[in-house]
Amino acid sequence: MSAKIITITSGKGGVGKTTATANISVALAMRGQRVVAIDADIGLRNLDVVMGLENRIVYDLVDVVEGRCRLRQAMVRDKRLPELYLLPAAQTRDKTAVQPEQMIQVSKELRPDFDFILVDSPAGIEQGFRNAIAPADEAVIVTTPEVSAVRDADRIIGLIEAAEKERMQLVINRLRPDMVRREDMLSIDDVLDVLAIDLLGVVPEDEQIIVATNKGRPVALENHSRAGQAFNNVARRLMGEEVPLMDLEKESLLNRVRRIFAS
Amino acid sequence: MQWLKKLRGGQQSSRNVAKERLQLVLVHDRAEISPGLMEKIKDDIIAVISEHLPIERDAVGISFTQTGRETRLQADIPLTRTRGRSSR
Repeated sequence: MSAKIITITSGKGGVGKTTATANISVALAMRGQRVVAIDADIGLRNLDVVMGLENRIVYDLVDVVEGRCRLRQAMVRDKRLPELYLLPAAQTRDKTAVQPEQMIQVSKELRPDFDFILVDSPAGIEQGFRNAIAPADEAVIVTTPEVSAVRDADRIIGLIEAAEKERMQLVINRLRPDMVRREDMLSIDDVLDVLAIDLLGVVPEDEQIIVATNKGRPVALENHSRAGQAFNNVARRLMGEEVPLMDLEKESLLNRVRRIFAS
Repeated sequence: MQWLKKLRGGQQSSRNVAKERLQLVLVHDRAEISPGLMEKIKDDIIAVISEHLPIERDAVGISFTQTGRETRLQADIPLTRTRGRSSR
């Protein structure tokens, strides 16, 4: 089984790439897929912390690339799931420590043993992004429904088109259906009209994300939160299943009714 | 949502403003030209076409449009009615 390599990128910082990478990886592994998540944000690593694996890091991607350890030695196994691994970034170097060809080489070595390789791209369009996109078969672009995020997503899409990757899909993160209804936030269709790529999924704004990162337990592990459900749906779609978009409208109405009775 | 519009005093919602601004800014980003360059292109096109055909200079429209991920520069150039004196 040869892995599909998917790079998760955005252009804009802070829109949820790392959270998406962590949760999609977990959700895939929960469904029996063999997954390795690679943190390509050299110098500002965060995938380890979001996944709750920061205490287990011994070696990292730069150690591998500079020959100080074997690839397998740097991979941290997530004990909560059967076949989920993290290849962490270095925290003490920067993006110039790795070259795109080296990313391709590492991914090539991993490909035969896994079903999915997810690469968490740093923000920006420079070396870090070029490293992250180099090995990808497909790209997932994460954006929020905000003018600056969508603008940067568009730029990234243009760069990925130029790199001639097989497939690009969009995840719209941090959607607030109540604001969309008040006409104070771009809707899913607004964003799709403008970016014109396939939609992979929509993740609603959810406080549980912060709680989850506090604890180092990605929301996808439990199916309670709306964001957790959304990430699980994304994983299912990546595995080829047809999953309808969550009914975020209905949820909002229910919350409003709850709030009236609570106050 | 007509009543929402009334509440805002007939003004556009911030969502609509955002969408319009985004579309415009992206059209320029994608064509990799600065918005000011549009005027220069318009002047150049008017100058070149005028050498061959009489046109209504004031009514010339130059714009970028987008369908999917394709961008087009469109020029709308009305010709003047008095075409009898063509140089052909």
